[in-house]
Amino acid sequence: MKLELRGITKSFGALVANDHIDLVVESGEIHSLLGENGAGKSTLMNVLYGLHEPTAGEILIDDKPVKFSGPADAMAAGIGMVHQHFMLVPVFTVAENVALGGESTGFAGILDLEATRRKIREISSRFGFHVDPDALVEELPVGVQQRVEIIKALVRNARILILDEPTAVLTPRETDELMDIMGQLKAGGTSIVFISHKLREVKAISDTITVIRRGKVVGSADPSAATTELASMMVGRAVNLTLDKADATPGDETFKVTNLTVMNDAGQRLLDDVTFSVSDGEILAVAGVQGNGQTELTEAVLGLQKHVMGSIMLDGKELVGRSVRQVLDAGVGFVPEDRQDDGLVGEFSIAENLVLDLYTKEPYSRFGSMNRAVIARNAEEKVAEFDVRTQSAQDAADTLSGGNQQKVVLARELARPLKLFIAAQPTRGVDVGSIEFLHKRIVAERDAGTPVVIVSTELDEVLELGDRIAVLFAGRLMGIVPGKSSRELLGLMMAGLPADEARAQLDAPAAGTAGQSEGELP
Amino acid sequence: MSETQTVKEPTPPAKESQGSQVIREIMAGNAVISVLAVVVALVIGGILIAVTDPRVTAAAGYFFADPAATLSAIWSSVSEAYGALWRGATYDPTARTWQGQLGIFETLTFATPLILSGLAVTLAFRAGLFNIGAQGQIILGATFAGAVGFGMHLPPAIHLPAVILAGAIGGAIWGGIAGFLKARTGAHEVIVTIMLNYIAISLVLYLLKNQLKDPNSTNPISPQMDGNAVFPLLLGPNFRVHAGLIVAILAVIGVAWLLNRSTLGFEYRAIGANPKAARTAGMLVSRGYITVMLISGALAGLAGVAQIAGTEKSLDSEIAGSIGFDAITVALLGRSKPWGTFFAALLFGAFKAGGTSMAVNADVSIDIVAVVQSLIVLFIAAPPLIRSIFRIKAARREGASA
Amino acid sequence: MSVTANISPSKAVDRVAVRSWKLPILFGLLALFAVVVFVVLGPSGQATFRISQEGDAWQVPDLAVPAKVFGVVVAILCVLLAARAYQQMRNGGRIDNWVSMTFTVAFVVGLLVWIIGGTKTQNITLVGLFTGAMLITTPLVFGSLSGVLCERSGVVNIAIEGQLLAGAFTASLVSSITHNAYAGLFAAAVAGVLVSFLLAAFSIKYVVNQIIVGVVLNVLVSGLTGFLFEKIMKIKVDGATIYNQPAQLPDLPIPLLSQIPVIGPTLFRQSIIGYLMLVLVAGIWFGLFRTRWGLRIRAVGEHPKAADTVGINVNRTRFLNVLAGGAVAGVGGAYFTLVAVSSFSKDMTGGLGFIALAALIFGRWNPIGAALAALLFGVAGNLQSILSLAGTPIDGQFLAMLPYALTILAVSGFVGKSRAPAADGEPYIKG
Repeated sequence: MKLELRGITKSFGALVANDHIDLVVESGEIHSLLGENGAGKSTLMNVLYGLHEPTAGEILIDDKPVKFSGPADAMAAGIGMVHQHFMLVPVFTVAENVALGGESTGFAGILDLEATRRKIREISSRFGFHVDPDALVEELPVGVQQRVEIIKALVRNARILILDEPTAVLTPRETDELMDIMGQLKAGGTSIVFISHKLREVKAISDTITVIRRGKVVGSADPSAATTELASMMVGRAVNLTLDKADATPGDETFKVTNLTVMNDAGQRLLDDVTFSVSDGEILAVAGVQGNGQTELTEAVLGLQKHVMGSIMLDGKELVGRSVRQVLDAGVGFVPEDRQDDGLVGEFSIAENLVLDLYTKEPYSRFGSMNRAVIARNAEEKVAEFDVRTQSAQDAADTLSGGNQQKVVLARELARPLKLFIAAQPTRGVDVGSIEFLHKRIVAERDAGTPVVIVSTELDEVLELGDRIAVLFAGRLMGIVPGKSSRELLGLMMAGLPADEARAQLDAPAAGTAGQSEGELP
Repeated sequence: MSETQTVKEPTPPAKESQGSQVIREIMAGNAVISVLAVVVALVIGGILIAVTDPRVTAAAGYFFADPAATLSAIWSSVSEAYGALWRGATYDPTARTWQGQLGIFETLTFATPLILSGLAVTLAFRAGLFNIGAQGQIILGATFAGAVGFGMHLPPAIHLPAVILAGAIGGAIWGGIAGFLKARTGAHEVIVTIMLNYIAISLVLYLLKNQLKDPNSTNPISPQMDGNAVFPLLLGPNFRVHAGLIVAILAVIGVAWLLNRSTLGFEYRAIGANPKAARTAGMLVSRGYITVMLISGALAGLAGVAQIAGTEKSLDSEIAGSIGFDAITVALLGRSKPWGTFFAALLFGAFKAGGTSMAVNADVSIDIVAVVQSLIVLFIAAPPLIRSIFRIKAARREGASA
Repeated sequence: MSVTANISPSKAVDRVAVRSWKLPILFGLLALFAVVVFVVLGPSGQATFRISQEGDAWQVPDLAVPAKVFGVVVAILCVLLAARAYQQMRNGGRIDNWVSMTFTVAFVVGLLVWIIGGTKTQNITLVGLFTGAMLITTPLVFGSLSGVLCERSGVVNIAIEGQLLAGAFTASLVSSITHNAYAGLFAAAVAGVLVSFLLAAFSIKYVVNQIIVGVVLNVLVSGLTGFLFEKIMKIKVDGATIYNQPAQLPDLPIPLLSQIPVIGPTLFRQSIIGYLMLVLVAGIWFGLFRTRWGLRIRAVGEHPKAADTVGINVNRTRFLNVLAGGAVAGVGGAYFTLVAVSSFSKDMTGGLGFIALAALIFGRWNPIGAALAALLFGVAGNLQSILSLAGTPIDGQFLAMLPYALTILAVSGFVGKSRAPAADGEPYIKG
């Protein structure tokens, strides 16, 4: 089945998310849509899937124009989609989720799930999915949930499958399995639209690559194109992939984490016996696939986690058991991984957000009364210093772009004299121009002698910033390696191999590792 | 304002007097919507009044023969009702006594507990909590205030403050339970406060049969408040308006300062707008929920004090009337701002004062006031509806962040 | 990569019990209450439960229980069970269902015996208790089913009270005019739908906060029915009010079944509304959990976007469900004026809509659970009025508080896990 998009434009008010996009997906090809976060890839696919109505333009399937007024139409036309955030009802079983919307029924609408179970088992065995139709979705690992999503599309006879950032939540190993599945689907004649901003994956799997920037198609590329070339197409200029930073000059080890364990309410160990330390003037980058304990690690330091065992020492003072306020007062600067959820109050002004954790301190307030003039002046200074692009510091924070919001958070957290700086996903969803700026500020804080912990799921960022790199897997520390370690080594560790074993594996004669490594960066 | 003057640099956004802020709130783009909502609600109320008026239905019987008769019947029906409403709420030259002419003071009397309980809902709302429980908090406040007011005999200078304090504590306890359960167990405050309203009624009924019963009465009613324990009347014995109004106005000023100027209010607003970010910034969200519900409950408790020490003078199970529920609509109409709540309470107080006069003088049941009030809130809560009725273009982006 | 890392995240995390002590604490307190009240303050003499009525086909002898002895037995049982619950929580981190169930039943029965034993007459007619309870239970069930229909699809329904009241008023008016109770019943359903239409239109189309709409609708219906009551129902023709004299729905006893002691008069000697209630409880339960209709509704209430992406129209589903809920609650409202009493009076639902909300939550958003909760609340309510005549050791007002207090305990997580549908109260906006 051939799919063609002609001149698709989608605007939300003044914002043009897609601007005259043309795209052709040939039958049985894997077509990658490459672009930064916020480039308009997901919007485009939501238009294709009938979730958004296009402002202009048309969709053609096998050269015939079609109109989708909802996902039902798109599905009927043979389009299936695996969303970035899974569209599964957690309290339903796999079979119920797969059946939903296309249920087989008996007399009087009584559900007949047996037919669905049969289909699930059939597809599951064809692709080696190992999915139990009667398992509750909320109890399945994310990788399996993703397969349920794929089954959902296949049960509906999807001939074109859209995968929206499918690897964001997967381990490298699960990613490889997904790539295998994509290959099988392609062999069976299914076209695949693969949306990603990860160059390595895109190069490894695609037949064709279309690059999108700021809502526009900026060109197509061959999978054999150089990584740097793709990167510069994606971001719009030649990108210097390495940051100019001097070698660290570590001082005393003032931040020490010992045998740290974090549990959730159900008693699962989300962080398991982690020990490490960071010196003054050094950046420790914590790598790992999303959901392997990084969030719990940073939140435990800040005092946001409930069930914490072990010790976190900063400058000789124990942080475990203290309130967030006490931890902040002890000199910890914290950039949370989700700035909109945790870092900012969207409807507050930029000025108010800049004192969100300083408002009890003089001169911002005195005797419980806020000093608006000082707060406003502070905002003017910070907006200028951090180059926050806004009309006024009194505008609501949610009117800012992602990069500018992150600058506000960083400006606030760096405003105090710090003894430790923690930033989780400091550049997620941030435009390239801001990334450089944010990275420079982080390095500047290190050079001022502060121990810095960066958590990132982006290997590029980890390699760029880290003086040393720690890798977390399933809540355990796989080891700490030097900042200049190879991607292969880090990849193995992220897949669950301790550093020693991973090194041994790499040192062994490279048998059978071909095929996967061709997409690696040099 | 003293802080702003110590700063010499020009700081335009922060310089703003309390008065100008009130005006800005009233004059903000939404004020048009608010006025139109009131108008539409009154029109619908008018239609109801007209179609249930026997004169109108009689005239409508020969509508095609004499349409003017129907229209004039409608006009006289609606104008009599709303005329009586307006005069009863403000100034009525036709009333027999000069005291009866000045309905404006009845409006202020009715508005007093509405201001206080409306503030209770407003404050909690800004911290992200929906306090449906003003009713129960008023009852508890009145009960505590009454226990001190008729159960003790204290010197004048001490007794009234003690009554006020007791009422605030009573309301605070009832509100605090909801806040505590929200903070500690995540129990939804809407459900808890609704349930607490009914528990409060049962509790006061029990007390009125036992500990707080007037021994000289067969009814479940308490003894009269001690003479030292009541609010002094502001305008002498001819008018019911009492010093509780001053308490209410002080409370408006206090809550306005709390929300807009204090660090505590900053915390509440942050918790209300984004509790996760508030927590990450070191605020204790659970403590915020508890304290805001304590203060909110105390404000509603003060409304109970205004009832028992201001107008009713003794406790019965009807002490809260419908004030606790009106408080919710008052807060919504006031757009959860302290001064907005104040003016909304004045409007609803006027409806109550005028509604009584309307019932007597125009034979229109006071229930129509509840209809009009609820319609106002519905229309205000749905600006797109009002816009589509009046074909006003949306001035600002609507739900763009969704 | 040929590497096989055998640790998968799900296996690597081993569970360490994090315990919730709420339930053991609650049991402990109740057991203490049982010891103090049932044993120390226990009444001497017998508590007599009369089971059969005169004229019943089968006569069952009265059940007489020595109150003090029974109190001691119950107290010991409660203490043992509370200890068992504590032990289970300490060892395994969870309490077996049978412990909680047995404890609850034992405590409730013990309480009942203690109350009856403490009255002056020391006896109670079970038939009277349950048939009286049905007067409260029936509208409660309809109200909570309305809540189930709305909330399972993700719309919070605080307006149950208003729907009941609108149904009661309309049923009386239409039945009076047409002299046909069934016409009144139908009109009541329509009135409930109209209230629901406002709830749906404002909360779904105009995305107004659902709680606000519900609260305001209650005020609106109360005002409207009160106004029309004054204006229409008090109109007198020839010295009599004619618009508030509704024809009543007759009882339709089912042969044989209605002769069963206690159960017969309670369940099988009812008007059409009573039977409709039984059918609806079973039907809505079956519909929700066994049919396509129910699967889609639950999906919409749990994860609307997921439902949308498989082609289910979320807002239409919600709209229809809210309307259906209105019809159900409207019928429940008709019960007030067509069965329970003979005419409409102002605000006659008296907060029952909020107890229905409580039953819905206490019954965990499940039609059968809600119906059982409604039955419990009905029995408590009726016991209160029986006891106010009989003179008891416990004041009736405390029984009146019971539904509310239990609901607070339920939402606070003291009594099991009461979890609302995930998207309950969240408007769905596409995109």
